[in-house]
Order: sequence, then structure tokens, then C-alpha cells
Amino acid sequence: MTVLQVKVWRGGESGHYQEFEVPRFESQSVLDVVTYIQRSLDPTLSYRFACRVGMCGSCAMTVNGKARWTCRTHVAKVAAADRLEIAPLANLPVVKDLVTDMSPFFEKWAAAHGRFQGGRTRRDDFERVPPDSPQRGLVDEAIECIGCGICYSSCDVVSWNADYLGPAALNRAWTLVNDVRDTDQTRLAAVAGDAGCHACHTQMTCTERCPKQLSPTASIAGLKRLALAAALEGEI
Amino acid sequence: MNTRTQVLLWGAQRASAAVLALCVIVHLVTIIYAVRNGLSAAEVLGRTRGSGLWFGFYALFIAAVAVHAPIGLRTILSETFDWRGRSLDVLVLIMGILLALWGLRAVWAVFA
Ligand code: FES
Repeated sequence: MTVLQVKVWRGGESGHYQEFEVPRFESQSVLDVVTYIQRSLDPTLSYRFACRVGMCGSCAMTVNGKARWTCRTHVAKVAAADRLEIAPLANLPVVKDLVTDMSPFFEKWAAAHGRFQGGRTRRDDFERVPPDSPQRGLVDEAIECIGCGICYSSCDVVSWNADYLGPAALNRAWTLVNDVRDTDQTRLAAVAGDAGCHACHTQMTCTERCPKQLSPTASIAGLKRLALAAALEGEI
Repeated sequence: MNTRTQVLLWGAQRASAAVLALCVIVHLVTIIYAVRNGLSAAEVLGRTRGSGLWFGFYALFIAAVAVHAPIGLRTILSETFDWRGRSLDVLVLIMGILLALWGLRAVWAVFA
């Protein structure tokens, strides 16, 4: 039986890698490996997951240097020479072992006005959004985000500029800017400028790593254009 | 600096980049032409002295540099040294003014 050599981050911000040997199974995911370690080798290992099918976005970790959703990442795809190095997501505070504190990530969603603000009450009729309208098309391209934090963890600009809202929050803002039902007039100003979309260098690591194949880069580019037009008009 | 100014700076950097792309190409083609035809310094000066067209072109080039470089430098310094605020903005503004002055001095030297 083949054995995987697995190094796992232990501790908080400071800590060390601990080595484990994990039996290799067919169709094994990286999350299976972490689960095996926790259930059979060291029950004190902390990590996070929920759905195991790529929907909840809670299982993201740094696997051999790249942020990935571990439940949908096959060992066969990433473990060259049967070696794995598993660490918590970068750019976020480490709570313990493989668990990061996602608060800064979601606080930035709030700062980017990531919340839908409708203008109707329950007594009004539904607002109809034609599925084939151009704006709905733009929303469709960006809406499937599961909030895993992989883009945020992979973004160099986030690591250089602590205030930068990051790809996920900006992508979320872009879906709402294009939502014809939304009435928030101050969102564009909230996502523009040095801490917002204009800080993006279009390196596209977010787009390369997004497990849902979204393009936060394209969303951010859209925000840049809209915000520049608004700034020229004196609206922000 | 308020958000609107930050966004307008970003726009100015994009616009100046477009101008620079064009200017750099014209500049390179000019250099290659001058070298390949073996023009002496005196012959080059003979063509640029009193030429409103060359003066206008290089003045535009310098203007684009003076806008583009300080805005880029502002981002680089901010990301590298975690430096933000008025001191940084004043520094890059001075940089921009100096670049414009040095550049225009050079342009004037081959024109007048
Ligand atoms: S556990 Fe839900 S996305 Fe991986």
C-alpha cells in the first residue's frame, strides 16, 4: 500500500509542521487525508469543513503552497511524489492548526456593502428581472461565489495592503451593482479608490484559483470602469 | 485624499499610460532612424531646433511621464512600506513637479 507523507501546520500564527503518514486510497481527497489524521492519528488536530461536496466553502486550506477547496481536491491531482503540505489559508489570522479566523474576510464584505438592499415591501408585487437582460447576464457570471476565501488568501494585493477589500467582497459588490432591484446608491463609492477596486493590479491569481471558475478580476474591472465614470460625473 | 481623487488619479494613470505607449513607440522609431542614418548630434539639433512639432511631441511625452510615474510610485511606496497619507502624497507630488521641470529643461535644450 502506498503511503502519503503529509506535513500539517500545528499551532497558531507561530507553530511548526508535524509529519504524518497516511495510507493512500483511491479517489482520496485532501479533506479525506486531514480527516484520517484527525480520526486515526491525532484527535487534537483542528480543521473546518461542513458539506464535503463543494457548496459551503468552509474547507479551504493551503495545499502544497496553493489555496484550494480540500473536499473537491483529489490527492492524485496535487500530491506529486506522494507528498502533501497542508497549512491554513494565508492572509487571515490563524486560530489553531488549519482553522483561520474568517472575520476580516467577511467584515470586508460588509464594508463593500455586500448586502442586498431592496426598495420594495412585502405588500409590493415581485420585481421582474428578465433572465436574458444584459445586467442579469453580468450577475450570472459572478453570482456562484461560495465565500471560501481562496481568492482572498491568494491575492498579493491583500498581503501588501491590509485595507484592500479583496476579490470576493468586490465580486459580491459587482453582482449587487448590476442588480436592478438594489437601491444602495453609496456602494460604488464604498468599493472605489485605494482600498477598493482601483488597488487591483489585475494579476488574476483570484481568477486562476477560484474553485467555482468565477472571474473576480473581470468583476473588479467592471467596478473600476463604473467608478471612474461616476467620479468624472462628480457622483462619488 | 478623498475617494473621488483616488479614482481620478487611477483614471489619469490609465490615460497617461495610453499616451506613453504611443510616445515611446515614436521615440524609439526616431532613435533608430537617427542612428541608422548616422545623424550627428549637430544634425539632430538642426532638425529639432525651432521645430514646434518636436517641441510639442516631447512636451506631451514629459507631461505623460510626470503624471504617470508619481501615481505609480505612490502605489509602490504604499504597498512596499505600508506608507499612506499626506506625507506620501506630498512626496510624489514633488516628484511629479521635478520630473516635469527636468524633462521640460531637456526638451527646451534641444529646441532653443
Ligand atoms: S466542505 Fe463544503 S466546500 Fe468543502
